[in-house]
Amino acid sequence: MSQIVVEKKVLNENQKIAAELRDKFRENKILVINIISSPGSGKTTLLERTLERLDKSKRVAVLTGDLQTENDARRLAQWGFPVKQIITGGTCHLDAKMIEKHLADWPLENLDVLIIENVGNLVCPTSYDLGEHCKIVMLSVTEGEDKPLKYPSIFVKSELMLLSKVDLLPYVPFNAELAKQNARSVHPGIQIIETSCKGEGLDAWMKWLEEKLAAVKVGETVSA
Amino acid sequence: MHELSIVSSVIDQLDELKKQHNGARFTRVGLRVGELAGVDVDCLRFGFECVIKDTPWEHLALEIEEVPRRQRCPACNAEFRAENWATACPQCGEEATILIAGEELQIAYVEVDE
Repeated sequence: MSQIVVEKKVLNENQKIAAELRDKFRENKILVINIISSPGSGKTTLLERTLERLDKSKRVAVLTGDLQTENDARRLAQWGFPVKQIITGGTCHLDAKMIEKHLADWPLENLDVLIIENVGNLVCPTSYDLGEHCKIVMLSVTEGEDKPLKYPSIFVKSELMLLSKVDLLPYVPFNAELAKQNARSVHPGIQIIETSCKGEGLDAWMKWLEEKLAAVKVGETVSA
Repeated sequence: MHELSIVSSVIDQLDELKKQHNGARFTRVGLRVGELAGVDVDCLRFGFECVIKDTPWEHLALEIEEVPRRQRCPACNAEFRAENWATACPQCGEEATILIAGEELQIAYVEVDE
């Protein structure tokens, strides 16, 4: 009996494709963000508000993942930016190969920002690198304050947490300070922006996005 | 519930590794799973049994090493286990400590029958 030391990542194949994508994104100076949350936290609504506010000179594209239906792509297409739906057909996450496949016929040199809306799920998408610059986790105030403690991986891996639906705070027993404290305890450096589709925090979110994009354009290494 | 895709990735890599080792008979595979890997170890074991059943890998044993989350303090250099998500440094109180272990999802080794 002898032992062979392997020491390889289990998701090596995904990692390889993600690294190739990351190189392509860097070459073309595209900011790529991967938004992850539970189903119903408001990812698509946030994207609607974002696309609505974006300067039309910005070249933005959206990949949106769901198990079934083209509904989200239809909702997002009305703002005039290219949107593609990735139907996973039951798979609970997006992987790098799906991103590669859906980008194959999009000219990357014509793009400034690629927004990836992952499948609504706080667990599985965490394990798959898509070549993005950063992951963003969204938590809505109709969920529990302890979500960061229950699903720590995604909060650890996300650079930014969007606390959404804050316009509902007066009506729900949600302790926003505790939620933020929980997020910071699992990820001490996490940035947090409170948002609502009614408008609160959207300026701060757009500013965050603009600053990220500016950093990518000057070739700064944004975290990977 | 992506443990089944994770098991498939393990088996794909083992197929490749077996080729590289001229068809050697692997008896055991050792995985390393961090507590922040987003993988449920029981689901992984169950998925593993399902995937190898009635295949040439049927007799492969699975060993999982679970890796706890560890942090390093940038102020005093203490390294500690972050229990119950308490990431502040137990030695000096610094809050912005750095993650150094717990995200692993690796194939550590295989054992070969010779």
